[in-house]
Amino acid sequence: MTGSPVLRRTLAVLGVLVGVWLVVPTLIVVPLSFSGEDSFAFPPRSWGVQHYVTFFTEQSWLTALLVSLQLAVIVTVVATVLGTMAAFALARSRFRAKGAVDGLFLAPLIVPGIVVAVAMYAAFLGWGLIGTPTGFVVAHTVLALPFVTVNVTAALSGFDRTLERAAASLGASAWATFRSVTLPIIRPGVLAGALFAFVTSFDEVVVSMFLQSPNLQTLPVRMFTSVTNEVDPTIAAASTVVLVVSTALLGLASVTRRNRRHA
Amino acid sequence: MPETPTGASIRAEALTKVFKGAPAPAVDAVDLHVRPGEFMTLLGPSGSGKTTTLNMIAGFEAVTSGRILLDDTDIARLPPHRRDLGMVFQSYALFPHMTAAENVAFPLRQRKVAKPEAARRVREALELVHLDAHGDRLPSQLSGGQQQRVALARAFVFAPRAMLLDEPLGALDKKLRESLQLEIARLHSELGITFVFVTHDQEEALALSDRIAVFRDGRIEQVGTPAELYETPVSRFVATFLGDSTVFSGTLRGGLLDTGSAHLRAAGPDGACALVVRPERMHLGAEGENTLSATVTDVVYQGAFRRVLVAFDAGGTGQVRDTGTTPVQAGDRVEVGWAAEAGVVVADTPGAAAAQSLDDPVPA
Ligand SMILES: Nc1ncnc2c1ncn2[C@@H]1O[C@H](COP(=O)(O)OP(=O)(O)OP(=O)(O)O)[C@@H](O)[C@H]1O
Ligand SMILES: [Mg+2]
Repeated sequence: MTGSPVLRRTLAVLGVLVGVWLVVPTLIVVPLSFSGEDSFAFPPRSWGVQHYVTFFTEQSWLTALLVSLQLAVIVTVVATVLGTMAAFALARSRFRAKGAVDGLFLAPLIVPGIVVAVAMYAAFLGWGLIGTPTGFVVAHTVLALPFVTVNVTAALSGFDRTLERAAASLGASAWATFRSVTLPIIRPGVLAGALFAFVTSFDEVVVSMFLQSPNLQTLPVRMFTSVTNEVDPTIAAASTVVLVVSTALLGLASVTRRNRRHA
Repeated sequence: MPETPTGASIRAEALTKVFKGAPAPAVDAVDLHVRPGEFMTLLGPSGSGKTTTLNMIAGFEAVTSGRILLDDTDIARLPPHRRDLGMVFQSYALFPHMTAAENVAFPLRQRKVAKPEAARRVREALELVHLDAHGDRLPSQLSGGQQQRVALARAFVFAPRAMLLDEPLGALDKKLRESLQLEIARLHSELGITFVFVTHDQEEALALSDRIAVFRDGRIEQVGTPAELYETPVSRFVATFLGDSTVFSGTLRGGLLDTGSAHLRAAGPDGACALVVRPERMHLGAEGENTLSATVTDVVYQGAFRRVLVAFDAGGTGQVRDTGTTPVQAGDRVEVGWAAEAGVVVADTPGAAAAQSLDDPVPA
């Protein structure tokens, strides 16, 4: 393709450099989290797992982690069910304002996070949802929904509806057809959407900052408070945990999507 | 397969479908009676309403008006999964995440047939389509012809009251198509159920059908056995759609057809009409009540005979099946002759086909 091998080699080197630039600053938290000191000195002069011990034993960190995990699980379930239903409704209906409604579902992806956060804060204040578990679930579900609808819509666009007719002619009711034909075939898209939903909730910080109360904080919010109020290297351990969970799940999502293409 | 092979009759009465926003009905007051156990083919050009008719019978398309009787019950408002009709699609429509055997078992699972009984019936169905060795393969591991045989097995394994097939061979190459035609004919006679088969391939229709319904613009132009349609078409459209023919249009008066440039003997009522002569009823040579001078334009060797295409001096083209021992070749001057009773006088159907006169080439 590209004629000159010199050019090709230069491009390869550039590519690696950009990749390093993107990843290394993030990866710095990993060695930091294994530092044996009580400071952010880099590189660490000694090694240890004391920050992880703190993270997994100190009440405020542990509570925040559990809140985030529970929240992410609930949001994943709610957003996946609602998002899949929405994707079906959008893919299967044809009406005049369809383009506008399609866009509406992507709005949380496009509108700046801080604006969404302020808007939700104003609305939730009136509804008494600030600092409540319901408030967090509702807010995070809104943010996670587009990832589910986008993934399920993509899966549905490649789905041959003749299969549903075939199932019906063979005696399957609409529900039986969905359960045994449609859902298994679009499952990779639904799973990818669910993983994105989980990570979206687990990572979310801006909206959560507005919704938090002293006794209901998510992990990212607890981390943010830690950075602004104290010098506590435990945050490096917390960051590494978040990094590992998010990367693992998104990696899984990309694998399920690749499998869909190969199926 | 079906323990008691019975075919249901299917009767469409004034069946009509108007799609929203469409200027004309896709299916327009169609009356069709398919007899129990019959192989009925819906034949017609693209867009003539064959699929829409079949989809209304299957329940995939809502009926605008009219009735569909399966034996004596009106099924027009029943959902598709309650109609008990086996459907085969051009695209096979096998479930990609299930093996061939699981696909065939699907309708039995919906009917809650006991496991051992279901396994036996799946095995028998796959045997009947010669795929008993391929039961554990996924559709993606089967060829097109094999996939369609699995789809056939899946559609008849639950002993449906009729089989509906929408161009099931349309996606296959010619050789496979022919072998699957034989397979479908054999299945029909072994299963003894009613088949409604959609195609736009006239050879396929002639080879398989007990009767054929010729569709045109959402209406049925003629229903009959292949021989009836071939020998006694009711319109120029049917005559030219089924089989090759030479067509002259003109005005018939007292047994003489005036084409404007020739006078031909033909039997029929007076008036504007078309005269259809099949290639095997014409010969090279001046014998017969009708003879026309012509120039050979093309000769196609077919083994037992030659297909000779000619251009008449009086205008228009024709086709003769020549079995003579002295071959002609392009450019030769010939006489084309036929007996008066060899031709069929038909309505000169209005529409695209009727725009052609003696001066236009005959549609294939
Ligand atoms: N869903 C639809 N909405 C609107 N018009 C339709 C729809 N389906 C079919 N039609 C129209 O109805 C008419 C009949 O279509 P149909 O599919 O029944 O034809 P067909 O005889 O099966 O043709 P083919 O041989 O191409 O499959 C066509 O004019 C077609 O454009
Ligand atoms: Mg069709």
